[in-house]
Order: sequence, then C-alpha cells, then structure tokens
Amino acid sequence: METKSIMIVGVGGQGSLLASKLLGRVLMNEGYDVKVSEVHGMSQRGGSVVTYVRYGEKVYSPIIEEGEADFVISFEKLEGARWAHCLKKGGKLIVNTQQIDPMPVITGAAVYPENILDELTAKGLDIDAIDALSLAEEAGSSKAVNVVLMGRLAKYFHIDYNKWEEALAQSVKPQFIDLNKKALSLGYNF
Amino acid sequence: MKEIMIGNAAVARGMYEAGCGVVSSYPGTPSTEITEFASLYNEIYCEWAPNEKVAMEVAFGASLGGKRSACAMKHVGLNVAADPLFTMSYTGVNGGLVICVADDPGMHSSQNEQDSRHYAIAAKVPMLEPADSKESLEFTKRAFEISEKYDTPVILRMCTRIAHSQSIVETSEREEVPQKEYEKNIAKYVMMPGNAKHRHPFVEERTELLRKEVSESDEFNKVEMGGTEIGIITSGASYQYVKEIFGDKVSVLKIGMVNPLPVDKIKDFADKVQRLVVIEELDGVIESHCRNNGINVEGKELFTNIGEYSQKTIAEVLGLEKKESIAPDTALPIRPPVMCAGCPHRGMFYTLSQNKVTVSGDIGCYTLGAQLPLGAIDTTLCMGASISGLHGFNKAMGEKGEKKSVAVIGDSTFMHSGMTGLVNIAYNASNSTVIILDNSITGMTGHQQNPTTGYTIKGDPASKIDLESFCRAIGINRVRVVDPYNLLECDKAVKEELAAEEPSVIISRRPCVLLKYVKPKKPVVVDTDKCKSCKKCMKLGCPAISMHNKKAHIDATLCVGCGVCEQLCAFDAIKGEE
Repeated sequence: METKSIMIVGVGGQGSLLASKLLGRVLMNEGYDVKVSEVHGMSQRGGSVVTYVRYGEKVYSPIIEEGEADFVISFEKLEGARWAHCLKKGGKLIVNTQQIDPMPVITGAAVYPENILDELTAKGLDIDAIDALSLAEEAGSSKAVNVVLMGRLAKYFHIDYNKWEEALAQSVKPQFIDLNKKALSLGYNF
Repeated sequence: MKEIMIGNAAVARGMYEAGCGVVSSYPGTPSTEITEFASLYNEIYCEWAPNEKVAMEVAFGASLGGKRSACAMKHVGLNVAADPLFTMSYTGVNGGLVICVADDPGMHSSQNEQDSRHYAIAAKVPMLEPADSKESLEFTKRAFEISEKYDTPVILRMCTRIAHSQSIVETSEREEVPQKEYEKNIAKYVMMPGNAKHRHPFVEERTELLRKEVSESDEFNKVEMGGTEIGIITSGASYQYVKEIFGDKVSVLKIGMVNPLPVDKIKDFADKVQRLVVIEELDGVIESHCRNNGINVEGKELFTNIGEYSQKTIAEVLGLEKKESIAPDTALPIRPPVMCAGCPHRGMFYTLSQNKVTVSGDIGCYTLGAQLPLGAIDTTLCMGASISGLHGFNKAMGEKGEKKSVAVIGDSTFMHSGMTGLVNIAYNASNSTVIILDNSITGMTGHQQNPTTGYTIKGDPASKIDLESFCRAIGINRVRVVDPYNLLECDKAVKEELAAEEPSVIISRRPCVLLKYVKPKKPVVVDTDKCKSCKKCMKLGCPAISMHNKKAHIDATLCVGCGVCEQLCAFDAIKGEE
C-alpha cells in the first residue's frame, strides 16, 4: 500500500502529543510500519505546533509537506488554515471550531481572519468542522479536545472501534481512562 | 518485543540493553529524553549534572571505574564539554563510553545550527549516526562495543528529526556486562605532555584501524543498489527523504559511521554509478572527504548548508515535479510561542521594560522576554553569557552601563555556567546587577530537576543549593529576594540595586506555574463598566488577556489568577479572588 499521511496541528499545550501517541499505537497494533514526528519542549507553548503521523508497509520520511496529507486534524481554526495546503487532492480537514488568538492578534498587530473555514471550503477543501471543546467539556474536561478529535478521525478509518479504546487504555493513566473513552466516543458519534 | 518509540527513547533502551551502568547529562532539546528515559531503568544510575562538561567527566570517571557509561547533550552542549572530549580521545576508556549529541538542523529550539560532525573529526573520535529509532537502539549498543574494542569514546550523533520521531523498534533483554577492573596506568590516564606525546600516535593508528575494520565493512556504511543513473551518498534523516522520493530508482550509499569515513567503499560505489551526489544536512562533511580523496561528487553547489532538508526540498533541487495543493496562505497572523499565562518571569520583565533597562539575557524560557510587547531582552548568546557579558559591558560603559543594565538568568542556567561569571563580578569588581529568575526548575527543556530544586532526576530528595548563601559566600553583599508577582516590590528592588554602589543580586523567586504542585487561583475577571480601554494590561503580553468589543477580556481557561494585571489596572477594573 501507499504510505498514508496524517498531520495533527494546533497550539502548543493543547495535547497533540497524546493524540499522536494514541494514533501511532493504533496503527502499530494494526501491523503497519509507523513514524510519528513531533516537536518537544515547553518553549513551544502557545506557539503553532505540528505533528506528523505516517503509516504503511514501509515508511521512510517522518515528515509531511505540501500536497501530501490524507488528513489534517486541527485543534484550532487558524491552525487549520495555516496547514491546509499540506492536504493532497481529495484529502480531508478535520477542524475544531475553537478560536485561540495568537499574540499578534492579542496585541492588535494583526487581525484574526473572519470566515476562515468558509474560505477554505470555497477553495474546494473537504472540511469536517466540529466543536470539540464543547464535546470535551461534556466528557468531563476541556483538556480532552485531543481525544475527541481522534474519535472523529476514527470514524474515517476501517479499524475496529474497540482497537481505538484498547490503544487509548495503553496511552493514558488509569485514572483518566473513563473520561477519555467518553471523549473518544463523543467525537466518533458526533 | 515490538514497540514504537522516539529515537531518544531508543537510545536509552540501547543503553539499558548494553548493560550501561552510569548516565550523567545536562538537559538540552533535542537530547533531553535520552537521559529521562534512561532514568526509568533502575539498573542504570542516572543524574542531571550542572552542565555538560561535568556530565562528560562523570561519564569518563565511571568508565575508568569499569562500568559502561554515557552522557547526552545537545550540539551546543558539546561546546561546553569539548575540553574533556579532546583529551579523552587520547586517554581512551576502560568501560565503554558513549557520548550522545543531538544536532538541531532548522533550529527548532537552538541558538545556532552547528554541525557536530566537525567535533568527531577534530577530536579524532568515531561517530555513528542512526537514521531511525531501530538504528538508534542498535547503534547505541554497538557504540559500547566499539568503544571497548578500540579503546575510545564513541559519539552517537542524533538530529531533531531522528531524536523526536517515533518509529518501531525491536527490544531485547539487558545483557549484564561484568564491571572491568580499574588498573592504575599513569602513562594512559595522566595526560601531561610526556604521556600525551605517546598517546597521540595511538589515536592516529586507531582512526585508520576503525576506517579499515568498521567503516569499510557493510555494518554501518551500506550500499543499496538500484538504478545506476544517480548514486546518492547520504545519512541520517536525509537518507529517509532520499528513499521517500526515489525508493529503488537510485543507488544509495547510506553512511552510518560518519567518522572515520570509508574511502574504498565510496570509490567502489562511485565506479558503479553515472552521477554521484552527496545529500547531507548542514555542512559538506562527506562531500569534502570525497573531494579530499579524489572522488568527484556534486554536493553543496546543489544543496544548501542552511536549515533542515525534506523530501520536498530534495525533490525540488533534483528537478522533480511538485505535488498538487492549494497555495499556502501567507497572510495569516503568525503564532509564535509565548510566555505562559501566570509565568513568574513576566512581572520582572514588565518591570525591566518599564525602567528601560538594558538586559543581558540568557538561555531558557525567559528568552521569550525578548518578544513583543515586552521586548525586554537586549542580548542572548549562550549558557551563562548574561552575567559575564554584563560585566564586560559595564567595564566598557562605566557608570552609564552599571546604572542602567542588568543580567537575567534562570536558576538552572545559573548553576550551569552563570555562577563562574558572578564570581568574576565579585572578584573583578564591576558594579553589576544580576537577576536570578528562580522558577525552581529547568523549564524550557520540559521540567528537569537541578541543584537548586532539592530533588534528583528520580524525584528523590537531594541537597538543595541555597542561592542567597551561595552569592554571599562568593562576595556579593547585596542579595535580596523578590516575588515577581508583586510589581511594586520588583520595581523598588530594580531601582535600588541599580543605584547601589556595589554588585548586587536580585533573586526573583516563584515556581514555574506549570509545576504540578503549583495550584492555580481562580481566574481574574474584568468589570467592563470600569474598563476604560487604556490597554495598559495588554503591555504584559499575557496570552489570557485580549480586547473584546474594546474592553479587556480574560480567557478563564488560561488565566491562573496571578494578579499581575490586577496591580496594573489604574481603574480597578480587574478583580481577582479575595
């Protein structure tokens, strides 16, 4: 099979590391060769962060570039727009409709673009927009946005839902399993 | 067992499986996780040393004591540890000794883009370079064996994309290696001129032996024949990009041993292909080696020595077709990293920017104090340079500098190499003001313990350096502690210490807001009737504060109730928990 590429993008501190860990584990458990590439460190907090997940029979490059991604999963609207050009033709953008103002917007040096998702749709992109923050809060914590979005991604995969729950249990601390299972299912069933 | 792990975790696993007994390191992105993961194995003694030089010397001592030992650092850390490295090349080892160094092409989190391969060549020490996690594990294990067999420290070169990319590894059991006897050997281990003169020829012979026996063999430097129109010599992450683009369409010589490089193997490979291209990130090290040996290659005239490569950049250079996509939207507002809401550094930086002080900065989260709107830092060079740099600045500027400039440095960086600069200030008497931003942790690399925190890498209680006593003991009489959440206190301290006629230290003390034991207070709220839209609170550059409908607005999910903005508001519009 051809190597598939998934990008997870968002704002540093939103929990993309757990999302990529979960996804990497699901794919490895399915028997794929997997590479996950991310940027670490506190100094990324509040900044634009990107994680690459690639899987297939044999994966070489750990990174994803323009026109290569099958999915871009964005934890925030503006970040979705920032990385949408990485989608290949026919790729899908799954985006959390949450707006987080970057510092230049906060200081008034820039304006947060309006109707950002409509503009992307107008460019012909296939967009699945969900309010993952509300669903995460419904699951019990605003921090579960990451798992809600992974649940949403799971919908587009031909992998048994139980396998996602199994990988989730391998990826989070025991005391957070129930909350995260709920978040996963809310994203999946939305 | 099959597991998925980042390259750094795989290196740690390799240490564990190789029977490594001692690891000493100083954290530095992208190398930090090597030591963090190693510390999870009870069989390995692990520690955070105050700096890389200390760490490497600890590893040397442990090797002398007969155990397999290691240290890990980022590329600039190797500058700090270069002194022991060059002479350890001469002494050789007893127990196997592996030095992990992580380069950062693209400078994801570094102040420069230096290429560590030059160190291996200059110090005449073998260097291995893995291209994924599987190799990171295997090469680490082999590095210990090579170290012992050839009596040399071995450098394992990582780069950000290998260190921080997860891929699948095959783990196996730990092999306990018997501890070697320590034998006194003055001629080998005491590097005074008479002895060193005898060791240098050994070093040169060792390099030739390594070239012949290891580098020319297939173990690390592998030929993968494919199409013969182009032959590519490459290594590390670049190898992955090359394979991604071409698969088997080209022939590849994958370099896993960067020093010493093979000669015959490259010549053989060159003979089999029509066009020979070297693709290596950063400097043209392999390329120069080829040219020096009379092998005609293309390299840096095609590929830049700046930044990180990718399948796209390589494909573009080689004239391959671009992938179809929508155009990137370059008009979007950028999102740089920011100091967290409630960051204890913010209050002090606000004070410094208000007092229009020249700030000699250092390496840590607090380097973000240079970002607008605070814009409070004037220079950042390397670990510890804030303090020594300030002393020089003040010696040049006299009173004009002394009354208007400070150094800022974190607790961990102060321990790393700031304290020697402070000794210099006390000894050579500049009237300098040093601010230690003590947030009780090594923050930027992701919360590592250090000698001022009172805990070891494993979280066990440890001796805790008392910064106040330390500064007094080296001869600084004016030492005061302030709470950076208290703006009046900060302002008073900065003004008074700048005015003082002797050197002084201000310890700006409050733990990092992200530490688990720091419990956030309730978010502050804005009384929109009282808010006069003066935007004074916006000068803090706090990510929790923005303007909504021309009134200040606090994001309750980010705000930790530090209360700094509350102190700033002249109209009493921001209110926190009583």
